[in-house]
Amino acid sequence: MLVNTLLIRLGGESGVDNAISAGDVLTRAVARSGYHVHTFRTYPAEIRGGPVMFQLRIGVHPIPSLGDRLDVLLAFNKEAWDLHHGDLRPDGILIYDPDAMTEPEGFTGTAYAIPLDRMANDLNLRKGKNLIALGALSALVGLDFPKLRDTVRDIYGRKRPQFIESNRIALLAGYQWVRDHIPEEAPLRLAPPDPDHEPGLVMSGNRAIVAGALAAGCRYFGGYPITPATDILEEMARRLPPLGGAVLQTEDEISAISSVIGASIAGVKAMTATSGPGFSLMQEMLGLATMAEVPLVVVDSMRAGPSTGMPTKTEQSDLNIALYGGHGEAPRIVLAPRSVEDCFYQTMQAFYLSETFQMPVILLTDQSLSHRTATLPMPDWTLVPVVSRLRPAPHEVKNYLRYRLTESGISPMGIPGFDPTPYTATGLEHDESGAPNYTPQMHTAQLDKRGHKFEIAAEALCGLEPPLGCLTYGVPEQEARVGVLGWGSTVGVIREAVEEMAAQGYPVAALAPAVINPLPADRILSFARNLQAIIVPEMNRTGQFAAWVKAHTELPLISLNKYGGLPFTPAEIQAKVKEYLTAPKATKEATDG
Amino acid sequence: MARKRRNYKSHVKPTWCPGCGDFGLLAALYQAMARLDLDPMYTVVVSGIGCSSRLPFFVKTYGFQTAHGRVLPVATGVKIANPELTVIAVGGDGDGFSIGGNHLIHAVRRNPGITYLVMDNRIYGLTKGQTSPTSPQGTKTKSTPYGSPDMPINPMAWVLTAGATFAARGFSGDPRRLTDLIVRGIQHPGFAFIQVMSPCVTFNNTYARWRELVTELPPDHDPTDRMAALAQAFREDAIPVGIFYREADPRPALEEHVRVADHPLRTENHSFDVRSLLESYR
Repeated sequence: MLVNTLLIRLGGESGVDNAISAGDVLTRAVARSGYHVHTFRTYPAEIRGGPVMFQLRIGVHPIPSLGDRLDVLLAFNKEAWDLHHGDLRPDGILIYDPDAMTEPEGFTGTAYAIPLDRMANDLNLRKGKNLIALGALSALVGLDFPKLRDTVRDIYGRKRPQFIESNRIALLAGYQWVRDHIPEEAPLRLAPPDPDHEPGLVMSGNRAIVAGALAAGCRYFGGYPITPATDILEEMARRLPPLGGAVLQTEDEISAISSVIGASIAGVKAMTATSGPGFSLMQEMLGLATMAEVPLVVVDSMRAGPSTGMPTKTEQSDLNIALYGGHGEAPRIVLAPRSVEDCFYQTMQAFYLSETFQMPVILLTDQSLSHRTATLPMPDWTLVPVVSRLRPAPHEVKNYLRYRLTESGISPMGIPGFDPTPYTATGLEHDESGAPNYTPQMHTAQLDKRGHKFEIAAEALCGLEPPLGCLTYGVPEQEARVGVLGWGSTVGVIREAVEEMAAQGYPVAALAPAVINPLPADRILSFARNLQAIIVPEMNRTGQFAAWVKAHTELPLISLNKYGGLPFTPAEIQAKVKEYLTAPKATKEATDG
Repeated sequence: MARKRRNYKSHVKPTWCPGCGDFGLLAALYQAMARLDLDPMYTVVVSGIGCSSRLPFFVKTYGFQTAHGRVLPVATGVKIANPELTVIAVGGDGDGFSIGGNHLIHAVRRNPGITYLVMDNRIYGLTKGQTSPTSPQGTKTKSTPYGSPDMPINPMAWVLTAGATFAARGFSGDPRRLTDLIVRGIQHPGFAFIQVMSPCVTFNNTYARWRELVTELPPDHDPTDRMAALAQAFREDAIPVGIFYREADPRPALEEHVRVADHPLRTENHSFDVRSLLESYR
């Protein structure tokens, strides 16, 4: 049977089977062939040992989520079968190594025993097992073998040219083995790609964040390694110096954000990226940035918490700290990208907002989105203006007041070495010149100033259109009876769940803001107007986003919480929606079918 | 026309107690700035929190009083962002050796072109008299009424072993000598650490005792000999002042290794090719 989407999972042992590496190269190969891709991976926090899995969903049409049931499970060992067979559809395909396990009893799908380990040994290519598997896989499910071969050559060959030939042999061996030993066609084969779809970019969420930052003019990055944000530091370290920027790996996250604040005071657009534990450490300096009105962007790639939690598992549980972390009243803008493509746009947006309003902007992503690789069309980087902060005009140099109480709350910021307007910034409450001042009048006035900037930002953001503003999916809002309100990485799966149901005739629609603070409350209220129920799926236990929306809208919301460290599947969202809907009216398509 | 001391005085009046040692340091700093004719527009004085960290407000240059203990990473960011700036970090022993201790060690090994003046009074003054990381063991304060249990750290030995490229000690009771050290520190291309013995007249008045103990380093001290500097750092019979150590052939500063080559403000309409960046992700 030819299918339009194929969900493949590779499971193996960390550091032994190189399943992640195989998944990465397969992702690039199918993207180059013209398919859409969406990946998900989990791995142990340990470098060697422990189960890893890489999942990729390949489609002829765009793929918003990681999907539900596996079509293909490639189990490098028995453990991979034990862990993952529950997710495999009953008529799915299992590829296993007969030297690692026997054919599982009771399996109703199609199992192929391919001696991967033995072939690798015979070819004397111990590390080539994953490529043998990819070759076999491509023959079975009908992937473009030449594209796969060329991609392997381009990616691995760049790093280790001496293995180009042996890699080719390994791939071919797997491919040929299937041709020689499996005469019948596999029950599921991928339909050819859409000839009108031009192969796009292939990026992870974290890479899209880096690209967005660079496009916005970020030229300093200070960071400290932490999963799952480390590859932002690594990508910046690779990309920034050739552009004339600087990257510093600091002694801790406090130092990282401190150096970013210092660079920003000196006039350079600057960013740091971390995960929950580092983000906790950064709270004091975020307060300083608010008080001293220093623009900066902080990425928090959320992982399961609290404390060290599960470093390699996903969760949307840092919303509260992003909104409320730190002492005192320090307004911060919080953005949550909803897809890999959106990571690019929202990062540009984060710089635009932080430079304009001279305040910290927090970008909330999570492990599943940071490490999700997806195909995307070439982004339009002109959608978000690249701006620089307001600086003192010549007539403002005399009697310059850094924290002048202006109508908008935004006051010109002098830059050392560029503006003849020396002033001293501070975390103390201060007067308009910046000098410490603890009078009730001045504290009130400066709190109002900092608060007012935020309110102006809210006004500027409330009418934001897609792709930057709220996204909607499913049936037209006025026809919907049940709504789904989502944020961050969960939006992709909500989209898929809702669009599928809408196509089946269910009156369901979804709304997904990117700006979490200031929340577009009016837009949410208008979305809610005709709905009987609003479901808020999020990957945390306490419904942090739902509570935030309730606080702003007083809407009755129904939380759907998942907090095991893994993302939602479309079926989980659909099941919840169906609790609040009766069966769909029979559509024409359904009757015809 | 060269700038004078008064050109660096701001309109903000120091908040220190009359007789505070920090006045001596401030006078020396004004004098050093005038001697080097530093352009206030190109000078940034960064601090943390504490009595001495109020200093940036009293200087008419760019300044930034950051959070407690965070002066060095912030100053490092400033210097990397624009190596043309003269960056002077200031603070006290609590700020620099306790809450900011880890940052100090890493700033030293990183060697950014920053001059760091630590006003060491061996007490927490702003919080009104608690033991500090340089208070001797047994010191009775309000937070240690039965005597401090901790051994004091030896900041000079600390930075010398961390790889300091310039390490000196001065005494706020001798601003003239201190001015020389600050000038030398600012002229040093890398990280210049200057410990300034600066008594707290209110909570730990050590003036009389320190006047007895403070002494010049021996005339035959070789400041390019790290081990000799360490030996001086561990002296207990006196508080030697002067340049303990300076690298004979100074290694490049941090900002030479990692630097913003084109300051974005100078290349405002940067011709950065976003498309070619994105194309590389095909």
